[in-house]
Amino acid sequence: MSTTKKITLTALAAALGASTLAACGGSSGDDSAGADGGGSKTVTLVSHDSFNASPAVLKEFTKQTGYTVKVLKSGDAVEALNKEILTKGSPQGDVFFGVDNTTLSRALDNDLFTPYEAKGLERVPEAVRLDKDEHRVTPIDSGDICVNYDKKYFADRKLAPPQSFDDLAEPAYRNLLVVENAERSSPGLGFLLGTAAAYGDGGWQDYWKKLRANGVKVVDSWEIAYNQEFSGSAGGRAAKGDRPLVVSYASSPPVEVLYAKPQPKVAPTGVSTGTCFRQTEAAGLLKGARNEAGGKALLDFLISRKFQEDMPLNMFVNPVAEDAKLPPLFTEFGEVIAEPRTMAPEKIAENRDQWIQSWSSLVLK
Amino acid sequence: MRGPASRRGSAVRFALMALPVAFFALFFAYPVASIVGRGLRVGDSWQLGGIAEVVGRPDILQVLWFTLWQALASTGLTLLIALPGAYVFARYDFPGKQVLRAVVTVPFVLPTVVVGTAFLALLGRGGLLDDLWGVRLDTTVWAILLAHVFFNYAVVVRTVGGLWSQLDPRQEEAARVLGAGRFTAWRRVTLPALTPAVAAAALMVFLFTFTSFGVVQILGGPAYSTLEVEIYRQTAQVLDLSTAAVLTLVQFAAVGAILAVHAWTVRRRESALRLVDPAHTAHRPSGAGQWALLGAVLATVVLLIVAPLAVLIERSVDGPGGYGLTFYEALQSAEASGGTFLVPPVEAVWNSLQYAFAATAIALVIGGLAAAALTLPRTSSGGAPRAGRLVRGFDALLMLPLGVSAVTVGFGFLITLDEPPLELRTSWILVPLAQALVGVPFVVRTMLPVLRAVDERLREAAAVLGASPLRAWREVDLPLVRRALLVAAGFAFAVSLGEFGATVFIARPDNPTLPVAVARLLGRPGELNYGQAMALSTILMLVCAAALLLLDRLRPDRSAGEF
Amino acid sequence: MLALENATVRFGRRAALDAVDLEVADHEIVCVLGPSGSGKSTLLRAVAGLQPLDGGRVLLGGADQAGVPVHRRGVGLMFQDHQLFPQRDVGGNVAFGLRMHGVPKGEQRSRVEELLELVGLPGAARRAVGALSGGEQQRVALARALAPSPRLLMLDEPLGQLDRTLRERLVVELRAVFRRLGTTVLAVTHDQGEAFALADRVVVMRDGGVAQSGTPRDVWQRPASEFVARFLGFANVVPATVTGGTADTPWGGVPVPAGSPQGACRLLVRPSAVRLGPRDVGLPCVVESLTFRGHHVAVRLRPDGAPPLEAECGLRDAPEAGAEVGAAFAAEDVVVLRPDAGD
Repeated sequence: MSTTKKITLTALAAALGASTLAACGGSSGDDSAGADGGGSKTVTLVSHDSFNASPAVLKEFTKQTGYTVKVLKSGDAVEALNKEILTKGSPQGDVFFGVDNTTLSRALDNDLFTPYEAKGLERVPEAVRLDKDEHRVTPIDSGDICVNYDKKYFADRKLAPPQSFDDLAEPAYRNLLVVENAERSSPGLGFLLGTAAAYGDGGWQDYWKKLRANGVKVVDSWEIAYNQEFSGSAGGRAAKGDRPLVVSYASSPPVEVLYAKPQPKVAPTGVSTGTCFRQTEAAGLLKGARNEAGGKALLDFLISRKFQEDMPLNMFVNPVAEDAKLPPLFTEFGEVIAEPRTMAPEKIAENRDQWIQSWSSLVLK
Repeated sequence: MRGPASRRGSAVRFALMALPVAFFALFFAYPVASIVGRGLRVGDSWQLGGIAEVVGRPDILQVLWFTLWQALASTGLTLLIALPGAYVFARYDFPGKQVLRAVVTVPFVLPTVVVGTAFLALLGRGGLLDDLWGVRLDTTVWAILLAHVFFNYAVVVRTVGGLWSQLDPRQEEAARVLGAGRFTAWRRVTLPALTPAVAAAALMVFLFTFTSFGVVQILGGPAYSTLEVEIYRQTAQVLDLSTAAVLTLVQFAAVGAILAVHAWTVRRRESALRLVDPAHTAHRPSGAGQWALLGAVLATVVLLIVAPLAVLIERSVDGPGGYGLTFYEALQSAEASGGTFLVPPVEAVWNSLQYAFAATAIALVIGGLAAAALTLPRTSSGGAPRAGRLVRGFDALLMLPLGVSAVTVGFGFLITLDEPPLELRTSWILVPLAQALVGVPFVVRTMLPVLRAVDERLREAAAVLGASPLRAWREVDLPLVRRALLVAAGFAFAVSLGEFGATVFIARPDNPTLPVAVARLLGRPGELNYGQAMALSTILMLVCAAALLLLDRLRPDRSAGEF
Repeated sequence: MLALENATVRFGRRAALDAVDLEVADHEIVCVLGPSGSGKSTLLRAVAGLQPLDGGRVLLGGADQAGVPVHRRGVGLMFQDHQLFPQRDVGGNVAFGLRMHGVPKGEQRSRVEELLELVGLPGAARRAVGALSGGEQQRVALARALAPSPRLLMLDEPLGQLDRTLRERLVVELRAVFRRLGTTVLAVTHDQGEAFALADRVVVMRDGGVAQSGTPRDVWQRPASEFVARFLGFANVVPATVTGGTADTPWGGVPVPAGSPQGACRLLVRPSAVRLGPRDVGLPCVVESLTFRGHHVAVRLRPDGAPPLEAECGLRDAPEAGAEVGAAFAAEDVVVLRPDAGD
């Protein structure tokens, strides 16, 4: 009761105060240190909606450094990055987490980050170190976008689940695959890039023509693909989804197990390991950050073992630090992706828009 | 040449207007203008030549065309389906009418994420239609149209039905006595009286469907895109601000035109009609024809409105081991949601309530002041038609946030509210402020007719008896408008509770509102997440329904409500 | 108590109050009389502070009221259609002004009782105002206006919407109440009967200005102008030229009271000045119609080649319609009018 009242009153006061202040036309150019500016004990992390960390781990950070983390969720990954580009120079926070192979070039071209070599970076393998010379970003996690399959469907029909991109174009899997719109969804884009990596700049269009001829279905978002169309997920089962193949993540099968009650002995879905595209996700210190020292400390912390081991179950991604152990859920129910496809951020930046355009006229129209 | 006192009257009006004007200038006009301005400017010069170029692009033309025709089709379909409903609700008495009236209003305040999910569950694969006849409507334009009918059914029933129930049936009877057939009597007497209300309702539905976002996004599939969806895409996904700016201007112009026509029909509606107590016009249906009509309307309501809502409820209790409350139990612990939330999802209910309270308070203050300023008497009757026009302009201005893309406002906030004393981007207050922007029009629309109906001379009588203007307002206006105020508060509350657009486009500290929590749960694999999304949606729906049911009891009998 | 000096209110180009000077003494009952649109309601609103002045001054108890807001002027105003607060009961309405003035609860209650007694509605405090008849509402409105003991009570068409018999009874009651309480009253009405019955002094208004002011008897007996005469209901007004004791009129020679101003003028012939006799005595006329007014009969005459003439006679002496009669004139009921400024 009293909290509500307080909030209501504060709201009123704020609305009135803010409006009156503005009405007076004051505000001038005076750059006084704001309420949580300067030597503040708060460090603000801006990220996408999927960011999560255990409260205990964030408290650990406060204990170690004295800084409290304030997390701002800023939409999906693309939207969150666009917001940072828009507010360049006057950022909402100190650290941005959520650039990956597909978006890194844009972030760097827009000069969003202050270079900083995080402590402990040596524990991250060379291969996943994005921007390894200038350290404008620090790699935090990696994840694989792969085709998932409904185990029961294929077992019932005594059909082997597809394992590679080539398999997906086989008549045996006609009308079974649902993918996301590469224009609007990041797993959709990842899958497209995976095919481009597999068949080369000139070959992927032909592959998609075959996929189309084989009855691939395109929907707008991962939510619809996975929770409505896919027959292997809990949501899809409820919605009577009839596509046993879907573009999702390598971590989806363990997650299906985690969120089932009671927990099954084996995951209901599996991963077609030959269809994976690996993305590395990174964070950077925002230019114009009010709390640079805190931001740097936070970047150090994000690749610390503590945070790296907490991450998998919160964001369903893999740690990049070599000393971080995967949780049992992942080792038990997940699959090891030995040779995922990847693509250099520069190459993606160069071709992305044009590929998306030709993809959409090839598949959507 | 006007006396000091009349100048004081204007001063009072401006004082009352100051806060609402500042609010809209600061939290609407300034952010929107900034983001549009940034899109239309290269360096220091305006690039207005690009406007024609963007509008002429084939893909944009297609978006414009689709936006227009789907809005027209949705409006037509809504009128076709809802007008018989308006009649039945206005003229027939039947058990459960009150509850049903609240039920048909629930969709209006539900977030589109929830509605989209419900419709997918109904019209998509494995939905009712699929089960019965193997018909699937998802990713067809029919799903969009039906969802639009679902959302806007109440707008027609309330706007048209509200007036219809107060039209004196004796006028139609008089025409019949004079020899007109039943249909002729209706066409000659009732229809002309209803036309302005029908026009107003149609325009509101057109406005809402013209700017439709979530429904098209979720149900339309990749092939369909409205102006609003395209603005979102160009802004948030592509960051092509100049295209977004042009589209925003196009939508702005369209919405402005719709609002202007709407204001005109509202004024026409204020023309003298003989209104009577609705309690006297309703009767129990008699004869096979009337029962059949009632049955048909009830069947429509059940199929179109109750069924999608029921599917949500069904899914929310359809647990792994048969029906049960597993998902509801799961909502109460952060554990069960794994990493999706740092706090139990049920706390989203509490967050939502707090935000909604704050948003309601802001909307009431801003909307109340605006309504008071708009009803302030003209101090001298030689006064000013100019002031009148100004006031009407302001009135329409308050409606504009309903027609401007939430993403435009949200991104506008980002680039404008970044300096003290308005460093609000990372503050929780931004969420209720954005919600209030949508709530204010509802408050003004509800308060205005009631305030206008308060006889100025009652205030004068109080003043002469020694009441100061503030005291007179408290003693005279407040008791008379208390119910309207409560109704306005309820609407603002329900709208804030379900508000999704602006809330998601603002970077917000990690205390999600209900709709955001639902969206987030839907964005995760796993049965528990999906089930919890359904359970949260159900809770949201029940809270809205309860609020509306309460409002219906409070609603002043004689107001022909607009929403 | 009240003084208006040069009070002016303009609505656009039209002056609703045109440099009005008016004084109301303590305990005096003044009635402003005039056709609708003559500015009488504006006058009340200006005094109450509801209508800002464009010029001149309003003084109450000698103090200029410029800048004094409505609620601090200490005047009472009874509105034309009462304007009772619909959401309050009778007692709540009457007590309103007392509450605004911070009168203690107990005192409020006894004062309300007292006032309801005074206006003839004892024990009605708990009744809803919606359930009252027109006359009862009027009484409640009066009690409400009287409750805070205003130094000046203003009444706007106080009896306007009531039927005739009730009006006639209430006007007498009102005057009795005001006399008893010693209230200073400024009332406006368009009904001359009401004004003359209520007032110590009558002010006739025309086009925002004062046309005549005086005791009811003065005004009635000696209307100052054709406008006032016609407004009071007299139809026999004609252009005339006075020479000595006789005026030359379209009806022929009419005797005027001794000492009347000479020359061209307007002449009012009261119906009571017209004496009916046989056809061959005086002006020959045909009786056009008769209107029975209780104790007398108004007779409309059509003389040959002259304007119609109204006469008055006793019931017993009334001629038949269509009869041919002769009309003679008595000087004491003939009035020589000042020419109208506007004519």
